[in-house]
Amino acid sequence: MTKLFSMKGLALAVAAASALAAAQAVAQSNEIFVPALVYRTGPYAPNGVPWADGFVDYLKLVNERDGGINGVKIAYEECETGYATDRGVECYERLKSRKPVAFSPLSTGITYALTEKAPGDHIVLITAGYGRADSVDGSVFRWNFPMLGTYWDGADILVQHVKKKGPLKGKKIALVYHDSPYGKEPIPVLEELAKREGFTLLKLPVTHPGVEQKATWLQIRQQRPDYVFLWGWGVMNSTAIKEAIAVSYPRLQMYGVWWAAAEPDVLPAEQAAKGYNGLALGHSAENNLPVHKDMMRFLYDKGKGTAAKKEEVGQVLYNRGMISAMLTVESIRTAMGKYGKGVMTGDQVRWGAEHLKLDPARIKQLGMEGIVQPLAASCSDHGGSHAASIHTWDGSHWSYTSDLYHADYKLLRPMVQESALRYAKEKGIQPVDCSREK
Amino acid sequence: MIYRETGQFKTTYASDVQLFPIVQDRVVVIAFLAFAFCVVPFVASDYLFRAILTPFLILSLAALGLNILVGYCGQLSLGTGGFMAVGAYAAYNLAVRMPDLNLIVVLVLAGLCSTVVGALFGIPSLRIKGFYLAVTTLAAQFFLDWLFARVGWFTNYSSSGSVAAPPLALFGWHVEGPVRKYLFVLSIVCVLALLAKNLTRGAIGRSWMAIRDMDVAAEVIGIRPLHAKLTAFAVSSFYVGLAGALWAFVYLGAWEPLAFDVNRSFELLFMVIIGGLGSILGSFLGAAFIVILPIALNRLPAALGIPLSTATVSEIELMVFGALIVFFLIAEPRGLARLWAIGKEKLRLWPFPH
Repeated sequence: MTKLFSMKGLALAVAAASALAAAQAVAQSNEIFVPALVYRTGPYAPNGVPWADGFVDYLKLVNERDGGINGVKIAYEECETGYATDRGVECYERLKSRKPVAFSPLSTGITYALTEKAPGDHIVLITAGYGRADSVDGSVFRWNFPMLGTYWDGADILVQHVKKKGPLKGKKIALVYHDSPYGKEPIPVLEELAKREGFTLLKLPVTHPGVEQKATWLQIRQQRPDYVFLWGWGVMNSTAIKEAIAVSYPRLQMYGVWWAAAEPDVLPAEQAAKGYNGLALGHSAENNLPVHKDMMRFLYDKGKGTAAKKEEVGQVLYNRGMISAMLTVESIRTAMGKYGKGVMTGDQVRWGAEHLKLDPARIKQLGMEGIVQPLAASCSDHGGSHAASIHTWDGSHWSYTSDLYHADYKLLRPMVQESALRYAKEKGIQPVDCSREK
Repeated sequence: MIYRETGQFKTTYASDVQLFPIVQDRVVVIAFLAFAFCVVPFVASDYLFRAILTPFLILSLAALGLNILVGYCGQLSLGTGGFMAVGAYAAYNLAVRMPDLNLIVVLVLAGLCSTVVGALFGIPSLRIKGFYLAVTTLAAQFFLDWLFARVGWFTNYSSSGSVAAPPLALFGWHVEGPVRKYLFVLSIVCVLALLAKNLTRGAIGRSWMAIRDMDVAAEVIGIRPLHAKLTAFAVSSFYVGLAGALWAFVYLGAWEPLAFDVNRSFELLFMVIIGGLGSILGSFLGAAFIVILPIALNRLPAALGIPLSTATVSEIELMVFGALIVFFLIAEPRGLARLWAIGKEKLRLWPFPH
């Protein structure tokens, strides 16, 4: 018996070792490698899958339609993180051997961990709509690009929106948040705004994965806040909406951040979620733009699409995954504009991301008119764009119900700088002088 | 034939009580250590260091700590993740608030903080036994999770609750890069494993085992349960806390309380059970099983050239991993270390078994 087991163990060890060796041999020289950290299993899968499909589909589309970026093909590989930080770090180390230029970790927790590693490895982190809010300050966070919008932008915009409905003095706002770096990120801004506007902030954490929220919503029933901001992810969102129905909290007064305002969040509750609002990060569930038609023509009609169902193309999170990939691709393209049309290094792509400009004409060329706001990144603003609007679920579709808001950087800029400088001090980083960056 | 101790006479007390009484064992262990210290740093890849060896070594240390408590002293604990968190946050606070402190001092003090907390939560073990004790240690886990998530002072008022380790330096030697991190962790693990091996052979270890086997009988022969149980909690927590500090500083770099949640406690307990209760080697084998096997399973289809979607691969990984745990526990309930011991017994007689 024993001998049999040890033979098996040996076979397993040999297989594992050869697996490692084989993976390291595939690095190719004439392609740009863009890794995809995804989660297609676990409690966050309903939201992780459409994002991952959109991300990979866009890379495929660039290869199929344009033959790559200026003729340089994109190679990609998925790695399952399950939204766990340690597994994300393992994925990062695994994919690093293929000389990637940019990571999009799709997890604020993993972003925090990679922020410590990326500068040493010269790899860009493009965190579109998530990540550290203070990494907008490119003088300290050289390698982080929280493009489209940060959580501080989101918190400020939500407050701007509810303020329009009447002064907030004496009002009560509850923040129901995922108890992780992601959920805690907006708290400093909301606390600051509570002081300025005179509302009370009620902080209600929900532990991972968020299927147990009875106590939280009981508190909401007792306290009757005027607004509820939902900062959830994965199953936590749909659970929250169902719990809100159970305690009959009006959906009209509920606002989700952009990660809590997509189809997987409202569909489980269908009609009952009617009137639920959420932030739209410059895009909603548009599915009829030129880029979507290209997706159909080049991928889905030929059976090369990633998503299991065609209908997924154009969903909120699909679009966001697609836009995240687009930001990576355009950063590489910008870098090629300066360094020539070949395989780029991480340093070159960092320059490209820092000088990324998407004006309305370019956005139209990309076939993304209306789902991407004009964006101009710079050393002092790695975000490039800080705008969002509100969209509302009518029981079957998302539709915009507000104008575009811009985050108030008179308020946020000092907070970003203070937080970034504190990080720099903790880590012994000397901030670069942005006025001298070319 | 090779593994036979015939002719090895022990003529002094020292040779009789030495760590590895059989020459072959000594040779193998020394060769293995020499390989780990002198050969591995030159041949392994960055990925192997950063994603496999370093986390494996750190979690082995944590499993070793837990094994002292569960395997040697018989006190079931589900608060290991919490004690790791104590070590991690203590190290963070020491390093941030006293930047001039030597890294080794920081790590040892972090371990000592965890020791104090561990001994404190060990007090109920004097009255509560078995599964009930597991519940009280689970309470420790939840309390510590809550503490580090809610009390801003511990995270230096970081807005997101996520904190980052400062740069690591040791007498001007920067612990940076995969090889240095590996060597640093390996040295610490070797020293502490040696210490644990000796502790468990000595009077204190024997008192732990006496308590484990039958506490009333142990008390009758003059072992103080208070002393034995609390030292087990203290020593175990020191190891676990130090492992937590290393996990945070050397492996993750930046972490949030979720990195030390109750799942980590379960994972470590499984390591100890699968590896072998009451065995130093078992802690390492169990850690290897839990850390390396899922990653190897995840990468196997791609390495064999079987195209599978990411979701399928991770589902297969979970299923095969679960099946293997069941298989090994049925094949040898006393763990992988016991399999190894049986193998050694057979080798002694080979090729002429009775």
